[in-house]
Amino acid sequence: MTFEYAPAPESRAVVDIASHFGLFIGGEFVEPIDGASFKTVNPATEEALAEVSEAGATDVDRAVRAARTAYRTTWSRLPGSERAKYLFRIARIIQERSRELAVLETLDNGKPIRESRDIDLPLTAAHFFYHAGWADKLEYAGLGAQPRPYGVAGQIVPWNFPLLMLAWKIAPALATGNTVVLKPAETTPLTALAFADICQQADLPPGVVNIITGGPTTGRLLVEHPDVDKIAFTGSTEVGKQIQRAVAGTRKGLTLELGGKAANIVFDDAPIDEAIEGIVNGIFFNQGHVCCAGSRLLVQESVVDEVLDGLKRRLATMRLGDPLDKNTDIGAINSAEQRARIDDLVRSGDAEGAERWSAPCEIPERGWWYPPTIFTGVTQAHRVAREEIFGPVLSVLTFRTPDEAVEKANNTPYGLSAGVWTEKGSRSLWVASRLRAGVIWANTFNRFDPAAPFGGFKESGFGREGGRQGLASYLRTESE
Amino acid sequence: MTLTLTADVTSSNADLRRFLHGLPGVDQVGADARAAMLATRSIKAESKRRALDLAIAMVDLTTLEGMDTPGKVRALCAKGLRPDPTDASVPHVAAICVYGDMAAIAREAVGGTLHVAAVATAFPSGRASLGVKLQDTRDAVANGADEIDMVIDRGAFLAGRYLEVFEEIVAVKEACGPAHLKVIFETGELRTYDNVRRASWLAMLAGADFIKTSTGKVAPAATPPVTLILLEAVRDWYRQTGTRVGVKPAGGIRTAKDAIRYLVMVNETCGEAWLTPDLFRFGASSLLNDLLLQRQRMASGHYSGPDYVTID
Repeated sequence: MTFEYAPAPESRAVVDIASHFGLFIGGEFVEPIDGASFKTVNPATEEALAEVSEAGATDVDRAVRAARTAYRTTWSRLPGSERAKYLFRIARIIQERSRELAVLETLDNGKPIRESRDIDLPLTAAHFFYHAGWADKLEYAGLGAQPRPYGVAGQIVPWNFPLLMLAWKIAPALATGNTVVLKPAETTPLTALAFADICQQADLPPGVVNIITGGPTTGRLLVEHPDVDKIAFTGSTEVGKQIQRAVAGTRKGLTLELGGKAANIVFDDAPIDEAIEGIVNGIFFNQGHVCCAGSRLLVQESVVDEVLDGLKRRLATMRLGDPLDKNTDIGAINSAEQRARIDDLVRSGDAEGAERWSAPCEIPERGWWYPPTIFTGVTQAHRVAREEIFGPVLSVLTFRTPDEAVEKANNTPYGLSAGVWTEKGSRSLWVASRLRAGVIWANTFNRFDPAAPFGGFKESGFGREGGRQGLASYLRTESE
Repeated sequence: MTLTLTADVTSSNADLRRFLHGLPGVDQVGADARAAMLATRSIKAESKRRALDLAIAMVDLTTLEGMDTPGKVRALCAKGLRPDPTDASVPHVAAICVYGDMAAIAREAVGGTLHVAAVATAFPSGRASLGVKLQDTRDAVANGADEIDMVIDRGAFLAGRYLEVFEEIVAVKEACGPAHLKVIFETGELRTYDNVRRASWLAMLAGADFIKTSTGKVAPAATPPVTLILLEAVRDWYRQTGTRVGVKPAGGIRTAKDAIRYLVMVNETCGEAWLTPDLFRFGASSLLNDLLLQRQRMASGHYSGPDYVTID
């Protein structure tokens, strides 16, 4: 029998998107002084979802001043146990509103509802719960007797995990006693604006969290604002470098979480079926829009055919289409611009002689999409093996010995994450200790936990998010 | 191809052990996660209607109690032949599954319409000598069973005497004659997923027509990840030998929702070729009534209740 799955769309009725959003400054939504705005679009349908304000210089200044006032008058005076109450409250509201937030995230970002529902939202709440627990225990974090907050943190988050990245930024900043001005990505502002509503619902003191929307100019204004004490950025390595130049010579603290080109290393003694799942989860999770994606598959030559056969068979079962359908595995590419960038790199792979295979799947007429794609016959010299594609495109390379695997894995300017697949524990440890990457997964990939520090080596950035180490990104120690 | 592979790896216990232990390991966390992900599939509307009917047609309607009587078996057969007396469009189940001494009663009741599956080989523990197990099998076949559900010797398996287990399955298969052989692993006693994968290959090497998770007498019985490992084994066996072996999870599957989740797992692991009662069965008793209730709800738009399905 043929077993077609009938459409099973999650209801859009749970979200009510305003046609226009102001900026969230000082605890309320205000209109931008300059009055500029832009539209945010559903990438699966190209339908405009809402008009969003673009913060100009005066607005950024207002937001920073609101954050400064809140820091000085309320937030820095509250004991940690009181800050914790707000964070716990926010975490619970996120859980209560998780269905609505998941649908909103999927509409604005294009990611499958299965992922926003089962991964983004539970992790978002978990980050607030985790950091709420730290708020009154900071003197035991190993950062000195009385670690102090920076003050006002300017935070810029990307479009791939809009709400989750917001949580990674805001939860530790508030727990450690900072106030924040956060700028969500231009193409995915809606869940951040919903979070502003949650801050109101939680009675968070005005100005502790400010959300300003806008594009690169707004981001630059925030980074360059003289009264910001700390910048935290997640995004491309290119922009990260600009930011580091901009803050050089200032008193501002800086943490950067940038691009990656992670190696996912499969040894011949790996649990093959689960490794194939891990490869799929490594590169096709969130359409490959993941900075720590396992975009370079390194397979031991003796099992390469078995792994590739299994992988292709598995990819043929992946379901691309309506992100709101509960059975969708691959959603929409977030923007036309990103779609073009993926296409450009894929063409370079063709031109440089790598062999392309794409899963057979129907591409919807409207919206931006890319089928799961594998390049074989890739060498370290190919652009598809060196540059971050940030799309559902996997480059497959082979190795013969563990040394060669490590050497190839490390042969990249990036160093965010890596995966090792083997049933031999000693080999996992041997390889992991030699990989130059901030996060290393053994027999799994793309698993996140607020207690585990996340961050990069080399051009993947510096500073950690999550865990005890992540607190250090928002605290000055006594010597500083 | 099957014969060559079998001859190559079963010439001694050491050879067989090397082969089984050379199979790729199963990462438990990963296998559990894959099964859990597949359980999130949402099957609605027409696809649900079709899945319910397919699931009904895949049920091995089972009674394996010390208190079974001819009357009980006949009632079960009537239920299997016509699961919903109010609706003739409901398909019949695949088989009636009983102890060997009840096979003749079942055969008489179902004629040639349903398969009669008999458990044999000192079910459920399998603790009897080979001669008794073979006689148990022959007796069931003589009574009209055309499917034999045997249990493997878990003691021998766990002690590493794989060849002994293999030879026992071969002997039972021979005693089955034309009857189809289902080999029960009792995965709740094998415990590890690596063992489940090895048992699957061992049984297929020995000529199993079906591999089956459990007797239903030991907890845990069938679970989604264990069934996933069986499905992966038959899929890989087919790729290697061109022969399709069936899979039967048994025990603990009670709801239509669970049954549909298993069908999704079959679909996304082995493909549509396995979506037939010839290659996938549910060993169950109470599952059938829940499938019928769901089917009634889809037809009428509302839930009826336990009084609107028959208790047999």
